[in-house]
Amino acid sequence: MRRSDRLTAFLMLLPSVVLLAIFVYGFIGRTAWVSLTNWGADASQALALNPKLEFVGLANYDKLFTSLIDTRFRQDLVNTFFFTVFFLLGCIVLGLGLAILLDQKVRFEGLFRTIFLFPFALAFIVTGTVWRWMLQPRGGVNVLPELVGLPRLTFPWVTTRQQVWQFDWNTIPAFFAGAAALVFLWLAWRAWRSSMRPRAAVHAVLGLGLGGWALFGTPGVTLLPYSETHGFNVAFIGIVLAAVWQMSGYTMALYLAGLRGIPEQLREAARVDGATEFQVYRHVILPMLGPITLSAMIILGHISLKIFDLIWAMAGADNATTDVPALLMYLRSFRANRFAEGAAIAIVLLIMVATVIIPYLRASLKGEVER
Amino acid sequence: MVRRTLVLLAALAIGFATAQGELEIFSWWAGDEGPALEALIDLYEQEHPDVEVINATVTGGSGVNARAVLKTRMLGGDPPDSFQVHAGEELIGTWVAADRMEDITELFEEEGFMDAFPAALIDLISTDEGIWSVPVNIHRSNVLWFVPGNLEEWGVSTPGSWSEFTGETCPALQEQGVTPLVVGENWTMQHLWESVALAELGVDAYRNLWTADLAFTDPSVIAAWETFGDVLECTNDDASGLSWQQATDRVIAGEAAFNVMGDWAAGYMVTTLELTPGEGFSWAASPGTDGVFMLLSDSFGLPVGAPNDDNAREWLRLVGSKEGQDTFNPLKGSISPRLDSDLSLYNAYLRSAAEDWANDVQVGSLVHGAVAKEAFMSEFATVMEIYLNSGSAEAASNAAQAVANQVGLGN
Repeated sequence: MRRSDRLTAFLMLLPSVVLLAIFVYGFIGRTAWVSLTNWGADASQALALNPKLEFVGLANYDKLFTSLIDTRFRQDLVNTFFFTVFFLLGCIVLGLGLAILLDQKVRFEGLFRTIFLFPFALAFIVTGTVWRWMLQPRGGVNVLPELVGLPRLTFPWVTTRQQVWQFDWNTIPAFFAGAAALVFLWLAWRAWRSSMRPRAAVHAVLGLGLGGWALFGTPGVTLLPYSETHGFNVAFIGIVLAAVWQMSGYTMALYLAGLRGIPEQLREAARVDGATEFQVYRHVILPMLGPITLSAMIILGHISLKIFDLIWAMAGADNATTDVPALLMYLRSFRANRFAEGAAIAIVLLIMVATVIIPYLRASLKGEVER
Repeated sequence: MVRRTLVLLAALAIGFATAQGELEIFSWWAGDEGPALEALIDLYEQEHPDVEVINATVTGGSGVNARAVLKTRMLGGDPPDSFQVHAGEELIGTWVAADRMEDITELFEEEGFMDAFPAALIDLISTDEGIWSVPVNIHRSNVLWFVPGNLEEWGVSTPGSWSEFTGETCPALQEQGVTPLVVGENWTMQHLWESVALAELGVDAYRNLWTADLAFTDPSVIAAWETFGDVLECTNDDASGLSWQQATDRVIAGEAAFNVMGDWAAGYMVTTLELTPGEGFSWAASPGTDGVFMLLSDSFGLPVGAPNDDNAREWLRLVGSKEGQDTFNPLKGSISPRLDSDLSLYNAYLRSAAEDWANDVQVGSLVHGAVAKEAFMSEFATVMEIYLNSGSAEAASNAAQAVANQVGLGN
């Protein structure tokens, strides 16, 4: 590259670099700083023109994870976990299914594609309002069976307080350790199969160690001095339904692009080798869609972690059974004036999203450099 | 909506930046409540034809969204000329404590407001350092609503206490397939709670809760939570999906017998549903609170650094005047706090409320910003959720006390 070109490129990039540095990273930094202060603990400083902030270290985080009243925040994390799992599962299964159906050279494919993709064009606030009406316990989908002469449904949808799959918050380290143990054992098995004995041994020891620690109730770690029950709030079924309705079309489009990228010769070759149509999908096409699934999981995953407007429209902000950290962050900051605690929730959310996004970014950047 | 309003505000700000003499009023009165505010603004424009009034509203029940927008504006150093705020801790604990309001004691003295408003209300908007806002209306929180014809048909009368309600009224109604008491989303549950707590604790103990002279873990408060739980047994099971208007609708439709709501419900039934007070609907003090008026009051204050300080003071004079209040309140469906208001302008419900206002013992509302600082008020929603999920009066009391300690309630 010539020197003047480099200079031009630098100058062209400069405005966006400066803007990003201030308005994205600068504000992330400020939020992180605020989360380490006591902003809001003292009412005389909360909304002062120049609030005097004191550094309190990790006290706000400590409070979120240990105080009695913040059981709501911990339930929000559990809500987010279940919402993410079902939302991803729903979108991927439905999206892949629709994509495979459309891939069968159906007539009016373009029309169907557009219809399935349309919900994606709506704002979550619109989707939420429409589904709020449809899921009213006394109307909407609950009266649909009456059209064919069946009794109406009585499921209360987002207004239910029912909670299932309850567990004690103190067992969470055991769950994590157990999951990590399974991963290590799987790695050990893989290493064993590729005859990497020493590595297999290391992984096996780690896996067995963690597994044993988890089985014996994770001695040495107590999150709370008392037991605290959390679980899956059934009210989320309605929210998941609306979110999947909105995003599965988009997932379908991703998969359809992936399917179109698979050369016809590969399918032909498989068929010539005697594979049934099912086997073609099972052994040829699905494995090649792996990267698409990963992208879909990343995109949908970060949407579900920061979901706010859909729930705001469907259930309101105050309803703790359908609460998520982003809503609580808003309530803490702008209703209770406890800005530091709001900032701490924001940083927890940022860390959660970052654990999803950063490995993906690293992988894709590395891929680009190699190419 | 908030965003659109903001864009609109920005456009207005640019458009009028050069014009001389303007006044920006910030409130959450739009929709059904809009005409009342507009009538007041019209009056102001008649008196001050050279002043451009900017009516900045952000909708949302009880001002929850408006307050969030206001906070970002105030933190950004861009206060409106005057903003709506609930009299009491929402004013004192949030804005006066942060030193963001101007003392308007002088204005009160010049306009004779000191004698026009009841002393108890002036206490609510004052600290030792001064007086901080002008109250424009009074609403009552502890009102029980019902349709007289329906009660007759079902053979029940208005209960005089919550034990009478849960013991006799409720089973009688449930037998006939009627919801005895209809409630809505979280804040309407809190609204019911404050009426139940007032009835069960009595006036003095209720007041002591907010000055931290009575702990939430006291057996009497736990008992009040238990009564509240018994009352909830008599309510609809789809509460969290209902707005307060939808709850009122069920009473009018005859699906439910009673509803406890503030008296803006009367405004809704008279104006929107076009019912006659006393025939289409009727009212009583919520069980066990006869002779007690749980009040909330909207007021306007003057923020420090208001761009048009003089115009804002003129606005406050109008807001507190007899003419201003008697223009605003009949349309809003509230009563004037002034002792000399012209009652012939008001409907039957409001006249009865005005009479109670003059004669009853007055206490402040929790949910509507009068007695506890916002940090407590906001977290009380979580306390309510803890109660609704666990059903445990002890857990709710412990949580409420934990919040009270954390935010320094009563200091």
